[in-house]
Amino acid sequence: MGKIIEVARLQHKYGDFQAIQDLSFDVQQGEVFGLLGPNGAGKTTTVRLLNGMFEASGGSISVMGFDPMKSGEKIREKSGVLTETPALYERLTARQNLRFFGVLAGMDDQQIERRSHELLEMFDLSHRADDRAGTFSKGMKQRLALSRAWLTNPKLLFLDEPTSGLDPEAAAQVRELIADVRQKEGTTVLICTHNLDEAQRLCDRLLIMRQGSTLAMGTLPELRKLVSPGMWLEVQLLSPFEKMDQIRTITGVLSLDVHSSQSVKIEVESEATIPQIVSGLVALGALILRLQPQEIPLEQVYLQLQNNNHKGHNGGAK
Amino acid sequence: MNWRKIRIIAWKDILEVRQNKSVLISMVMVPLIIMVVLPAVMLVVVNTTGSADALNDPDIQMMFERIPPSIAQMLGDLNDAQLSVAMILGFLFAPMFLIMPLMLSSSIAAESFAGERERKTLEALLYTAATDTELFIGKALAAFVPAVLVSLVSFIIYTVVLNVGGYPIFGYVWFPLDTWYPLVFWVMPAFSALGVGATVLISAKVQTFMGAYQASGSLVILVLGLVVGQASGLIYLSVWVGLVLGFVVWLAAGVLFFMAIQQFNRKTLLYQSAH
Repeated sequence: MGKIIEVARLQHKYGDFQAIQDLSFDVQQGEVFGLLGPNGAGKTTTVRLLNGMFEASGGSISVMGFDPMKSGEKIREKSGVLTETPALYERLTARQNLRFFGVLAGMDDQQIERRSHELLEMFDLSHRADDRAGTFSKGMKQRLALSRAWLTNPKLLFLDEPTSGLDPEAAAQVRELIADVRQKEGTTVLICTHNLDEAQRLCDRLLIMRQGSTLAMGTLPELRKLVSPGMWLEVQLLSPFEKMDQIRTITGVLSLDVHSSQSVKIEVESEATIPQIVSGLVALGALILRLQPQEIPLEQVYLQLQNNNHKGHNGGAK
Repeated sequence: MNWRKIRIIAWKDILEVRQNKSVLISMVMVPLIIMVVLPAVMLVVVNTTGSADALNDPDIQMMFERIPPSIAQMLGDLNDAQLSVAMILGFLFAPMFLIMPLMLSSSIAAESFAGERERKTLEALLYTAATDTELFIGKALAAFVPAVLVSLVSFIIYTVVLNVGGYPIFGYVWFPLDTWYPLVFWVMPAFSALGVGATVLISAKVQTFMGAYQASGSLVILVLGLVVGQASGLIYLSVWVGLVLGFVVWLAAGVLFFMAIQQFNRKTLLYQSAH
């Protein structure tokens, strides 16, 4: 599996403002890669740079083997983009919208017709194909915009906030469609989002950005390790336990978070140490009611990383 | 350059324009009033009264006094009623005809360039594989071609109205006068191009269709200048004046287009829509 995007020490300035600073990452063919970060972190600017819409002021980019500064057109021809707003021509029908973008992508009439039919079916819009896009609900518009992004069978798809502004039901539907279609078509996807739940569900790897540079990058387990080196076990006890502090002495325990005399969270080195922890607890006389391994949600990882970085910028942690 | 892409950009813009009521109304009402209603009223008045009172108007008198010999020769054999119709509808009205290409081209260009940003569709368009030049030409043609076509059709209708309505006065097909040919086939397209070029430049500075349309509406001053120029006898739209005027307007349109193309690139357009 090769790299479809390679970015090294990327720089970009808007006037005097340094929008992107020393950004480096790569995206493997077939993976779903997430760019996370608050508003203004530089996610959309990165996508624009990758598509040759802006010129980088430093560093290098390669997208599908092309340099966006020289061959932006070729990249745009072979990739699909979903912008933050659906950006549909509301006075045109769904079919006319697809036809317009198909011709601009260099597809012939037959290809456009066949592919439009296929996508409208796939995104459940066939029954409204000849209605104006302006009459569609937000969810339908987003589905049409996704059909447009997928029109050319792109090898690479850029999705900028794909579920922004949608109600939970429509957002879930769009997420499901992205996962399904991506699997069917084998598309590499780069998603910009600040919806952490979405990123956790869809992305194979994540890049967390802050102020135009990399804060952290990796798979979710790798990112979890950055904020917490071990894994957490939530333990519920049958009766109050007085020797909570002694749990620290069990081999493999890294830290403790005592909630009450019957409830405690234990950070352990790895999954392999769980039997050892259970024996230790039993040896201390604890009556275990329930023990559940817990994974730190991406939201907690993200907030902690952003927070650590913020403290760092303001003179370090207390 | 890919002409299929250019055609689809123009097709899309024209399709959108057809559904924008404010543009559509101006495309129908302006030609209707200038090219049908006003001349028809004038012809009905002259037909029913047989009067040539208009010739006593001081403005018309001033035009007569300063009329160039070539035009005097053209009008030499006409009686007073014929003369009043020919002077007003054949000469004084000529610059009014130029309002149409200006208004139509600038309203469509405003819809096409500023409207795209207003409706937040610009970014998706810029993410396509069309080059900056293809996008610019497609959009410029979407404004230029309908403006020229509607103006040509209006000219044909005006010709019919003047000859049918003027038949009782003239007794023969008297219009178009020779001075109209350079006006219609040389100056009118130049004015259409001028309207497009100016509106594209203005669209870069304003965020809405109406803003761009209203700002480019100030170009009508050029036409009013011609009306006043003719009425005061300062300038006559003779064949030669038409040819020179067309050349100057084409030149101005060329400069505006050059400036517009310079700023019509993805980077500038994205910065403009972000700020």
